[in-house]
Formats: sequence, C-alpha cells, structure tokens
Amino acid sequence: MSLIEEIDFGTPRSKSETMVTLTIDGNEVTVPEGTSIMRAAMDAGHQIPKLCATDMVDAFGSCRLCVVEIEGRAGTPASCTTPVMNGLVVHTQNERLKKLRKGVMELYISDHPLDCLTCGANGDCELQDMAGAVGLRDVRYGYEGENHVFAKSHGEINAAWMPKDESNPYFTYDPSKCIVCSRCVRACEEVQGTFALTISGRGFDSRVSPGMSESFLGSECVSCGACVQACPTATLTEKSVIEIGQPEHSVVTTCAYCGVGCTFKAEMRGEEVVRMVPYKDGKANRGHSCVKGRFAWGYTNHKERILNPMIRDRIEDPWREVSWDEAFSFAAAKMRGIQTKYGRDAIGGITSSRCTNEETYLVQKLIRAGFGNNNVDTCARVCHSPTGYGLSQTFGTSAGTQDFDSVEDTDVAVIIGANPASAHPVFASRLKKRLRQGAKLIVIDPRRTEMVESPHVKALHLPLMPGTNVAVVTALAHVIVTEGLADEAFIRERCDWSEFEEWAAFVAQPKHSPEATAILTGVDPKDLREAARIYATGGNGAIYYGLGVTEHSQGSTTVIAIANLAMVTGNIGRPGVGVNPLRGQNNVQGSCDMGSFPHELPGYRHISGEAVRDQFEALWNVKLNPEPGLRIPNMFDAAIEGTFMGIYVQGEDILQSDPNTKHVVAALSAMECVIVHDLFLNETANYAHVFLPGSSFLEKDGTFTNAERRIQRVRKVMTPKNGMADWEVTIGLAKAMGFEMKYSHPSEIMDEIAALTPTFTGVSYAKLDELGSVQWPCNEKAPEGTPVMHIGGFVRGKGKFIVTEYVATDERTGPRFPLLLTTGRILSQYNVGAQTRRTENVVWHAEDRLEIHPHDAEQRGVRDGDWVRLKSRAGETTLRAEITDRVSPGVVYTTFHHPDTQANVITTEYSDWATNCPEYKVTAVQISPSNGPSDWQKSYDEQARHSRRIAPAEAAE
Amino acid sequence: MSSPDRLVYMANQIGTFFRSQGHDKAVPGIADHIKKFWDPRMKRAIFAHLDAGGTGLEPNVLEALTSLKQSLPAAS
Repeated sequence: MSLIEEIDFGTPRSKSETMVTLTIDGNEVTVPEGTSIMRAAMDAGHQIPKLCATDMVDAFGSCRLCVVEIEGRAGTPASCTTPVMNGLVVHTQNERLKKLRKGVMELYISDHPLDCLTCGANGDCELQDMAGAVGLRDVRYGYEGENHVFAKSHGEINAAWMPKDESNPYFTYDPSKCIVCSRCVRACEEVQGTFALTISGRGFDSRVSPGMSESFLGSECVSCGACVQACPTATLTEKSVIEIGQPEHSVVTTCAYCGVGCTFKAEMRGEEVVRMVPYKDGKANRGHSCVKGRFAWGYTNHKERILNPMIRDRIEDPWREVSWDEAFSFAAAKMRGIQTKYGRDAIGGITSSRCTNEETYLVQKLIRAGFGNNNVDTCARVCHSPTGYGLSQTFGTSAGTQDFDSVEDTDVAVIIGANPASAHPVFASRLKKRLRQGAKLIVIDPRRTEMVESPHVKALHLPLMPGTNVAVVTALAHVIVTEGLADEAFIRERCDWSEFEEWAAFVAQPKHSPEATAILTGVDPKDLREAARIYATGGNGAIYYGLGVTEHSQGSTTVIAIANLAMVTGNIGRPGVGVNPLRGQNNVQGSCDMGSFPHELPGYRHISGEAVRDQFEALWNVKLNPEPGLRIPNMFDAAIEGTFMGIYVQGEDILQSDPNTKHVVAALSAMECVIVHDLFLNETANYAHVFLPGSSFLEKDGTFTNAERRIQRVRKVMTPKNGMADWEVTIGLAKAMGFEMKYSHPSEIMDEIAALTPTFTGVSYAKLDELGSVQWPCNEKAPEGTPVMHIGGFVRGKGKFIVTEYVATDERTGPRFPLLLTTGRILSQYNVGAQTRRTENVVWHAEDRLEIHPHDAEQRGVRDGDWVRLKSRAGETTLRAEITDRVSPGVVYTTFHHPDTQANVITTEYSDWATNCPEYKVTAVQISPSNGPSDWQKSYDEQARHSRRIAPAEAAE
Repeated sequence: MSSPDRLVYMANQIGTFFRSQGHDKAVPGIADHIKKFWDPRMKRAIFAHLDAGGTGLEPNVLEALTSLKQSLPAAS
C-alpha cells in the first residue's frame, strides 16, 4: 500500500469527440479538441510547471509559470489557456522559458515564508515542488521588502500581514502563505457553486476573502473542502494534517453518509486517519465532497462509542459489560425463549441502511432462515418504501433510472420535496453547475429551500401546501395533456396505449386543472402552467425527488404521478432525463435490494413465489415461510398487542427516527428482548436488554449501493475498535441461536448474493476492484452495469399509466391545531445526528429550531429565538423559534437531528396507504410561547440518563 | 393489532387509492395488495372483523376481503 497520487492534468477534460494531433517536445500527441496544451503535454507524460492551474477548475492563466513556445507564434503563451490545434509544434523547455519561470518563482518566493520544515504542507506543497522544478536557488530581491509574511517589518506593524483564521473547525486559512492563485475562489464557484470566496483588493493588496472579509465560519462558506483541496500551498490546510502530519498510505473507500455515495481516499498514517479526500475517479462525486464526508468522521473515535458488549435483565437496571460469548448466548436464550412462549412469529429484526450490503443481507438471512419468519424491515420503510412500490408498478424496477452524470445532459430539472443543497450536497453542486450553464430549474416544495435561490440560480418555485403533492403533479399532467404537449410517439411505442387513454381522460377532467386545485394547493395556476410547459417542451427533463414526496399518506400515489409525468413527456430511457429518487442514507438502496422488506427476497422478488423460494431454500438449506412478515409500524402495533416480543435492531435508531415517539416507547417497553447493535447508546438502546457494539465504515470491508444503483466498495482501513466487524457480530448471534453461517470474508457474502440475485450475477469484488464501481443490473446482458435504465423499453415491458386521485390526508388543521408542521434536514447534520452530533459539525447547528412565518409568529406573540411549545394531537415538545419567510403563513418547519427536541413526539401514526411509510411531512400543530422543556422532555431525559448507566466492573479477587 | 380500527383504516386507505380505477379493477387490486403486503396475523384479524360483520369497511374493500378470504387456505 502507498499513497495514491492522482495525476493533475491542469485543466478539465474536453468532452469533444473530434481529435487533434500536435507535437509537444518532439512527441506526437492526439487529444480531443478543446484540450489545453498543458493537459495534452501531461497526457504525453510531460508536466509543464504550473501554480494557478488544476484540473478541478477552468484555466485562469494568472501565474505565468506554464508558459511555452509554439513554433510560428510570437511570445510565450500560457499552456493552460491555449487550446491545442492540428499541427502545432510546442516546446515546453528551453533557455528562454527556464529564465522566465525562474523569474516568476523568485517573485513568489520573495513574499512567502521560508518555514518549509515546520510548515503543515511540508511534503505536499506545489509551491515547494515548483521551486524545485524550476531550479530556484536564490531570490535576488531578498525578503526585506513589502510583504504579507511578517507581522512586523522594520520594527513597525505590517499592515499587509493578516493573522491565521482558525474559525472553521476543520481547516485553517493562513493569509501569509497565500500566493493569490485564486484556485480556492474558483473551486468555490465552479465546483461547489456557493461563491463564498472572492479576491478582494488589487495588485499587492489582493487577498482571498471569505464573504465581505469575514471569518470562514462567519461567511457563507459551507465547509465542503473544495478550496482546501484546490490550494497549492499551506494557506488552506486541514487541521488534522497540521496536527498529525502527512499521510503515508491511502485506501479508496465510500462515504457512509448520504445516498450520493461519494468516493474518498482515506489518507492514513498507520491505523490513524489523517484526512478524507474526495477521489477524482469516484463516479458519483467526480472529486467533490461536502462537510460531512470530508470532515465529519470524528465520531468514529468519539469517547461515547461503546466498545464492549453489554446486557441487562430489565431496562431499569444498569448495563453490565460482558464477553461477546456471554452477550450472544444471553440474547439467543431470550429470543428463542420468546419464540417458545409466543410462537415463531413473535420476533424479528431491522436491517441497517447504514451498514453494508453484505451485513444487511446477513441480517435478513438470519431472520428468514434462522428466526423462521419474514419479520424483517429497514429504515427505508420510513423514507423511500413508496419509491419502491410506485416505480415497480409503473416502470418495473424499484430504483432511480439514471446515474448522477446524467445531470450534465439535463435541460430542465424538477425538484419535488427535496433539498439537495442540504441533504445531497454533492449532487446539488453538480446540478447547480449545470444550471449555471443555462438549464432551467423548477422547485416544488412548501419551503423556499436553498435550491430556490442560490448564486446565479433562480428557480421557478411552486410553494404548495404540505400534503397536496398529488394534486400538484396531477395538475401538471392536466396541463401537458390538455395543451397537447404529450409525446405521443414515445407513449405509443413504449407504453400501454389504452391505459394511457384512460389516464389522459382522467387527468384532463377540469377538476384536475391548476385553476381548480389552486384553492387546496396554494400554487399560482399561472406558475404551475408555466412549469408544465417548461418540463414538457424544454428539452431533456429530469425529475429529482425526496422524502417530501414519499413521507405522506399518498406517498406512493405521488411517486406514481411522477412516473406518469416522465412517461407522458417521453422523459425516460436516455441520459439527461428520468425519475431520480434522492436516497437518504448511504445504503438505503442497497438495503432494499438485499431483501430487507418483509415481503421480498433479495432482488425484489415476492416471498410467495415458489421458484424463487426454492432457490434460496436449496442454498440456505432451510424451509422458508411463504407469507410476508410485519413492517416496522406493524411490529410496533403487534408489540403493544402482545404478539411481537423480541427485536434485533442493527444500526438504526427507531425510537428517534420513527413517528409518534410515545407509541414507539410503548411498543419497545412491551417487548421482552430488544437487541441494539450500534456504535453508540442511541435512544432505542434506552429500552434495550442487549447492546452489541458496532463497527464504523472505516473498520470493515463491504459494499454500499447509492441512489444511482451504484455498488461501491467500502474498504477496511483500521482494525475494528470493538473487536468485530458488524457482519461477524450477526454471524455470532446467529450461531448462538443455532443457525450457522460460514463466511471468512464479505466477498464470499457478495458471491452468494450474486448467485441468488438476477440483477447482481455479474457483481464480484474482483470486478469492483477492476471497474471501481458498477450500477445494477449487472449481469450477462450488462456485464459492466447499467448507468441508464429503460433504454428502448421498460423493464416491466410496457410503461404503465395509473390514475392518481388526490385524497386529502386525514391529518387536518382545525381550530385546535391550525398550523401544518413539516420537517427536513440541514447540511451539517445527518439523519438523527448520532454521528454528526459527535463531531465539530455542531458549530453550525447546535439545536433544532422551529421556522415560523412572521405573520404567524406575531399573532402568537413569538419573537425570534423564543422558546415555543409545539403541540399536536400526538404530543408536545419545546424548541426555539426562528422567524423567517422561507415558510409560508400557516406552515412551520423543523429539523429532527437532536434527540432532546423530540420532533417525533409530535408526528402522528398516519402513513402511506401502500407501504405504511409514515406521514412525517404533515402534522397539524399549534404553537404558543413557553418557558422551557416540556414535562415529557424532562421525564424522557431522566429515563435516558437512568437507562444509560453502566455498572462499574467488579474488582478482581 | 389490539383494535381492528387501525386495520379497517388501513384497508379503507388502500380502497381509496383503487376507487378511481372503477369497481372492476379496484376489488382485485385491493385484494392483491392486502395479500402481498399484510402479515398473516393482520390478515387473520381483518378476516375475524369481516366475519363479525365488517363494520366500517368500504363496499369495495369488503368485497375484496371476502374474495381474498375465500381464495386463501384456511390456515392463514
């Protein structure tokens, strides 16, 4: 193993297919038209000295170090800004060029500290490298002149010197080391799209300035790390590098946060992570990252991490640390005891959408084959289960249709119920890049999200009332059908025509028009019509959606309505279009693929299918139950009823993340054995009898599958701190329960998955190592995977139009609860916050706040920052108010990242009709001023403290 | 499910989605959905409720459950 050095070609790759041939230093080089001479030279293996150029941003031509000579042309053009042409003869090194470069470097170094030995970038500094490359041996100008280097010069205060900015928790900005190449500024603009940085001043006064000369933390900076990556000197440096030193080896792995699935290099020194750097060859992120994946990995060695197994008889008792064997046999005895007493179907488990495919597969295997029932579910139940249902009904697959690269060919993007800038930041950056090139954006969301307005991006925003998605999407279809914008040729070829006619007649009814539905949706009919026209006629139209679509009583109906919309406009089956669910957690797609749903075996095949069961029974050597098992909400109901008494929960905090907390507490309290397998004593663990410590993504091998169906390797970079990878823990528990599973490495689990799952037959660790990643289906028909689905025809055969009648949710506002609460996420925090709350990310978001419109706030006497009581018919909690017009009057909004806020005490048990996915996004509430935490919050906190006690180890005799 | 109310509610919710497809498509649609996605104890409970008169069930749902009950082996 060694440090993976990625080649910096200096300027971005040209997409042109026309090839150009030229001669560089006597070698003939053929490259795509539009390539820079600098990049062409690098292609031929000749590195032209450079400072302001890097291939993550466009060429800028400011440092003048990359000058070359071209025969027949006057002067010495910069090779980064000069494109190749047929027949050019280029020289990159001669006496004249050498002299010029040395002169440039002398000027740079005359205003740069010479503390290389103690500098954080020592060993990873392009300025140092270039000084070496040009043979700089002395600086004729000396170091005494005007400079940015010393706090004092000639005994006077040096006004040009600026102190280090250490406000960002993860990196420092040292202006004295800055060469003003503006790579950071351009990375912030071109890659991230935030435009937080600029160069202030001119000439010698030029400096990198966050916002209006603010601190990094005080500016609009979102801490994505692109500027740090772009910086060629120690000006912007990771604090971890300053503390530890340069890494010595690196391993390519996959981020364990959101469903974008960014590829990173874990840069290591021994078993210590020095930094995580986004990998240019990562096909989801293309070298970009966000604050979570890039920096927020400190939770993996947080002091609250539990490293020893623990058990207790009653949840009132303190935890007792025991050996793995004792924990396994205790758990096994309890679970088998429950089955003896209450029946085989009285236990079940929940797979983790944060764990690997292999681990998820093993948990569902343990449940189906070891427990002997199908009571297995996963957190996708509460997020994207309607996606699975809706897309399989209409298209025939339970997954998004595109890869993320597809956005580069999109002309019109429609975002429904998603806020990628917060929840899928790297995708948001890639989308914004396309929008700045001229693509159009439509945002359908109750809240004016960060996507609606950002630098050089202005969306057409349809601010609908929460719960009216079906009415809005059906109204869009109404406009497309009645204004003759349907793509008839596509529909006739790819879809069932009679079903289309039936559907078209349905949506064309006047009651579905934007004008007729405006009264309930709150959307201006003119805007809605415009949005429909843009989507139907603006070129490649792509729909991206999130939990604002699925987490409703009509979640599945909206997914179907979206699929209808894509089919009626022919926006399916080629790059740039499609229906793209933005998956919440890193491996939600994978956990669904791996048979985590109670009715489906891996590969989305219903458990009642005899042929499919036969295949699994033969390999697993057991008889499988042909009846579907309980879904998570059904498990809770059955627990309260007394027929479901034991649960194994891997890597999921159901108490904090599931709706109607009191109901979940009642269910967990009713169970006789709750096994929590996690990194931390999460909220669910307060009601657990067995705690099995988990391992982080840095400590195990496996694969994650992201929102584009991309299967990517997770690679172990350190020994599990708890002693065992999660897949080994599941095997241990299974063995204690009398069900042996023998694997010596996760690759063997993947081989079994490939043998049993038609869409995975071509997947193996060897192939993933070779190709980097593959998108399923990956089989004989598509040996290298499938970036875009439904090309030439739908997986199910003909695309199926299904009518989507809008039905108001039963969760209604009234005199007692006049406002609608909807929920969402924030950039710096992730899901229930178990990981991100245990990192420095809390500087951006230390508590959940309630967003409320000034009008509603004033009526209730609420001022910004006041504590307010938030009450629904399910429960009440308190949190502080933030007054903003991002939300409409009548709508309030909060995040759910902190357990003390308990946003889910408020949410109700209403759920999607098809999948029981909870209706998180609509809760009728009332708000009133408050003095502090509610009684529930206090008693919850007390119970949690009590429950988390760990008994001190007994002294040895 | 301690109270059949919740199952009746869920079944009617499924019925509501299929309603706009017309009776002839709705009844098999509802039956198929419940067959595919409900755990045996949930089916048993709703069938018991059906036997007790099926109070609260929408007509399409009542018909779907009746046909589903007949089509399934007595064991489930």
